[in-house]
Amino acid sequence: MIVQLMYLVAALCFILALKGLSSPKHARYGNFIGAFGMLVGVVTAYVHGVVHNGLWILVAVALGVAVGIPAARSVKMTAIPQMVALFNGVGGAAAALVALAEFFAVRDTTVLFRLATVLTVLIGSVSFSGSVVTFLKLQELMTTRPVLLPAGQQLAIAAGVSSVALCALTMAVPNGFLLWSLAAVGLALGVLFVLPVGGADVPIAISLLNAFTGLAVAASGYVLTNTLLIVAGTLVGASGTILTRLMAQAMGRSLTNILFGAFKATTATAHQEEQRTVKSGTVEDVAILLGYANNVVVVPGYGLAVAQAQHAVRELVSQLEKRGVAVSYGIHPVAGRMPGHMNVLLAEADVPYEQLKELDDVNPGITSVDVAVVVGANDVVNPGARDEPASPIYGMPIFDVDRAKSVVFMKRSMRPGFAGVDNELLYNPKTTLLFGDAKDSLTKLLAAVKQL
Amino acid sequence: MIDLLTIFVLAVFVGFEVVSKVSTILHTPLMSGANAIHGVILVGAILITGSAESTLQLVLGLLAVFLATVNVVGGFVVTDRMLEMFKR
Repeated sequence: MIVQLMYLVAALCFILALKGLSSPKHARYGNFIGAFGMLVGVVTAYVHGVVHNGLWILVAVALGVAVGIPAARSVKMTAIPQMVALFNGVGGAAAALVALAEFFAVRDTTVLFRLATVLTVLIGSVSFSGSVVTFLKLQELMTTRPVLLPAGQQLAIAAGVSSVALCALTMAVPNGFLLWSLAAVGLALGVLFVLPVGGADVPIAISLLNAFTGLAVAASGYVLTNTLLIVAGTLVGASGTILTRLMAQAMGRSLTNILFGAFKATTATAHQEEQRTVKSGTVEDVAILLGYANNVVVVPGYGLAVAQAQHAVRELVSQLEKRGVAVSYGIHPVAGRMPGHMNVLLAEADVPYEQLKELDDVNPGITSVDVAVVVGANDVVNPGARDEPASPIYGMPIFDVDRAKSVVFMKRSMRPGFAGVDNELLYNPKTTLLFGDAKDSLTKLLAAVKQL
Repeated sequence: MIDLLTIFVLAVFVGFEVVSKVSTILHTPLMSGANAIHGVILVGAILITGSAESTLQLVLGLLAVFLATVNVVGGFVVTDRMLEMFKR
């Protein structure tokens, strides 16, 4: 009774932790509540449920703490997606291991118990291997491009079919070997599922794996008849599902298209446009443009983070504000490597969150914006996504910066963005290009604006 | 068993309700916070290891305890680091 009550307290804490995230003001407090709930749950489990091996458990926990805390303390904010992918993976693996261990303990099993067991093992192992591949891609330990194996699709289908067959078989004939085989097939499935996902689509893969791990944990709650695991796992599953859907919407593509239709980039049509002229400006030109504007919107992309230019852009914006220019940031949902990543990177550079605006906040007033500054972004301001049904990124919501009074486009070169699509905005007479490394250009701009 | 199903269905609704209200700015902390929460599998791992009968179970359980602990502490610490930056 008291144990169930403690689990209820923990579950409530988790819900409050997520609720706290509805506003940046209470968010940190919410996270503390979540951590407290976890402590309550874990201590309850230890005090009530541990018959033997208590010391071993404490050693394993201590080792986990010794690995987890330094890792989390030292990770750079640009590397958060990798870290999250890794935590997804270990969570999924832990769920699969728990289900395996429980399977070998219970003799007399019901059908539902077996169903929950096979699901936990399968989803947990898919989540683990998928997360590891995602981690390798994000950490650039392997190529970030989609990897298309010969007959990859057939392999994936074969793995899918055999995992379903193994699930059914294990439920009919509970057998350790079958369950191990299921885990192995699950691992293969996770790899086959993430390999064809390209760099720009990785945020989707992370969100989906997050949902998977949540579901694996919820399923393990059935295996152990533990309500806390069910509630917490389901909460995570819901969060992962919502984020996956939001990311797919932000890319203007369906989930199946992203996962199974590895970008067939139609770069062929783009070549004829290369002779067209672009207008490139000097730092001084751009400084004048910005310094005497009333209203500026900055649209940052992941290139900004790659160039480590978050602080430089914030300094430039502060300087502009001192001159009375109203500045805000337009943050596209897919700017960065995971949902909301760009917000974190800018917050790290002390940008107040009130200045971070979404598509729906920026686009309605875009025609009255004097200068839109695009830094390290490309596809999210490509008008082709709005106007050209033939474009591979057609349908993706964009910032309509081409409708602002003028555009400054900071670019390292004329290379197209992630999607490999030519950007009409570069040839727009309203657009001034500023070539060079983002950090370098921003620093020079800051100096030039100070001179005005 | 139907009790567990009831809890699951209710949790689905609560989850969607709460998460859909999360500020867009905080989607990364949401994911890493959710990440920390699924580390609750640590509870399961402790229960299973605490009643393990065979060496195989003990090994599987302890590995799960270790992984889940990394997941829990790492998740909460990373989330805290991020949210701290949003306070200003």
